[in-house]
Amino acid sequence: MQKLLNVNKLREDFPILFRKVNGKRLVYLDNAATTQKPRQVISALKEFYEQHNSNVHRGVYQLSEEATLAYEASRGKIASFVGARPNELIFTKNATEAINLVAYSLTWNLESGDEILISQMEHHSNFVPWQQLAKIHGLNLKFVKITQDGKLDLENLERQINKRTKIVSLTHVSNALGTVNPIHEISKISHDNGSLLVVDAAQSVGHMPVNVKKLGADFLAFSGHKMLGPTGIGCLYGKQELLENMKPFLYGGDMIKEVKFDSTEFNEVPWKFEAGTQPIAEAIALGVAVDYLKAVGMENILDYEKQITEYALEKIKEIEGLKIHGPFEAPIISFNIGKVHSHDVSAILDSEGVAIRGGHHCCMPLMQVLGISGTARASFYLYNSREDVDSLIEGLEKVRKVFS
Amino acid sequence: MLDMYKENILEHWKNPRNFGKLQNADSVAKEVNTLCGDEIQIEIRFNSSHVKEIAFSGQGCAISQATASILTEFVKNKSVEEIKEIRREDILEMLGIPISPIRLKCALISLDALKSAASKYENGK
Repeated sequence: MQKLLNVNKLREDFPILFRKVNGKRLVYLDNAATTQKPRQVISALKEFYEQHNSNVHRGVYQLSEEATLAYEASRGKIASFVGARPNELIFTKNATEAINLVAYSLTWNLESGDEILISQMEHHSNFVPWQQLAKIHGLNLKFVKITQDGKLDLENLERQINKRTKIVSLTHVSNALGTVNPIHEISKISHDNGSLLVVDAAQSVGHMPVNVKKLGADFLAFSGHKMLGPTGIGCLYGKQELLENMKPFLYGGDMIKEVKFDSTEFNEVPWKFEAGTQPIAEAIALGVAVDYLKAVGMENILDYEKQITEYALEKIKEIEGLKIHGPFEAPIISFNIGKVHSHDVSAILDSEGVAIRGGHHCCMPLMQVLGISGTARASFYLYNSREDVDSLIEGLEKVRKVFS
Repeated sequence: MLDMYKENILEHWKNPRNFGKLQNADSVAKEVNTLCGDEIQIEIRFNSSHVKEIAFSGQGCAISQATASILTEFVKNKSVEEIKEIRREDILEMLGIPISPIRLKCALISLDALKSAASKYENGK
């Protein structure tokens, strides 16, 4: 294996990887759900609360200035990490809230009968908001089909997009199948049609270089906790001119310029969309996570994940009765072993210290299309070693034995 | 965790008793486990308030399938009153395996469906 990054050295930054589970070494392979945190990120949280804790934007005293500077500097770092300007990056709770923000704000301007195009492979976070808002505003929600091999059917997308399609909202990387969708190509199709493109990038930012301008996304949502950052913080990128013309999503403090008894003038973007006190420590710590990822190098991370996934695929394919779903374009392997339920697979692997995910992965409509109730899913990140893969394989052999 | 997959559990998983549907069920009830989307449907034919025939269908993990199999065997010829008296602890005792809190619903989903079917029958009588 080509040395892209020193995994063993890198692992030392992640304290949790040294704990035991059921008496065994923890092998954490549920990175598509959430990732572990390096001590740099954990320290940033502690340092904020021990040294700078105060509210941002309003206080005229040193602590508040420090907090404000750190909060806004973090916004700048994260924005540049995805190729955006600072005022195009809104802090949210997570990718789900980011998509809700776009969905609520954009659908105000749509007319009954307008269409929104998503796909069969969407996570519930990029599914349910559109489904429910379509009901409220009388919109038609349509679904791009997937191909036999778990990819987005682009011909089907081109057949379904039409003059009434106002919004196309698709995932960059499927959390259930590991598909990487050709967003750049889809952006051209969407924009030629006059539709806005929303991208759910929860599984891509932090795993590969992501540039909103190169991708051609009008909006792009991601979660901090899936890219080494804390929970409770996520981001929405939006094109400035679009954000400026959108209604706020949440109302309250800090998102206003002036409040009178009968009206309110809203703040500028991005603060117009950040009502109330934000998770300040978490926002700052997400900036530290971005520093960490940049230091390792996103190209290195992408290449390393490809290597470790290929290594895992090679070995996993040898297991008898194992069926894999998806095209393996991302560090996500979704599979079933014979008739064994994915939760039984997870439970037996857990007894070996191996943490994977079983179930529908918040993609119940996709599972319906695949005709299965769920899958077992192993997902990798930069700190997963070959030994982790070997433990997974040993665990799967045990599953096969127990249920033979 | 491996203690969960004892011989008798795996045996019932491989050869589930009373699996399928009934032609003339008096009562049918379905329960869904929101954790995993698993379903268990229980169908019962009663004879003077006693279980004459019972069947379960649906899909789920080894724990939920084996429990449904064991429980449907247990309640044959039992009365509606007796079904109402089955407690969660009785199920865990019947299974004889340690169940972690997160898997508890897997073990109890068939009891929920069974009680629901029994009360539907009672209310519809």
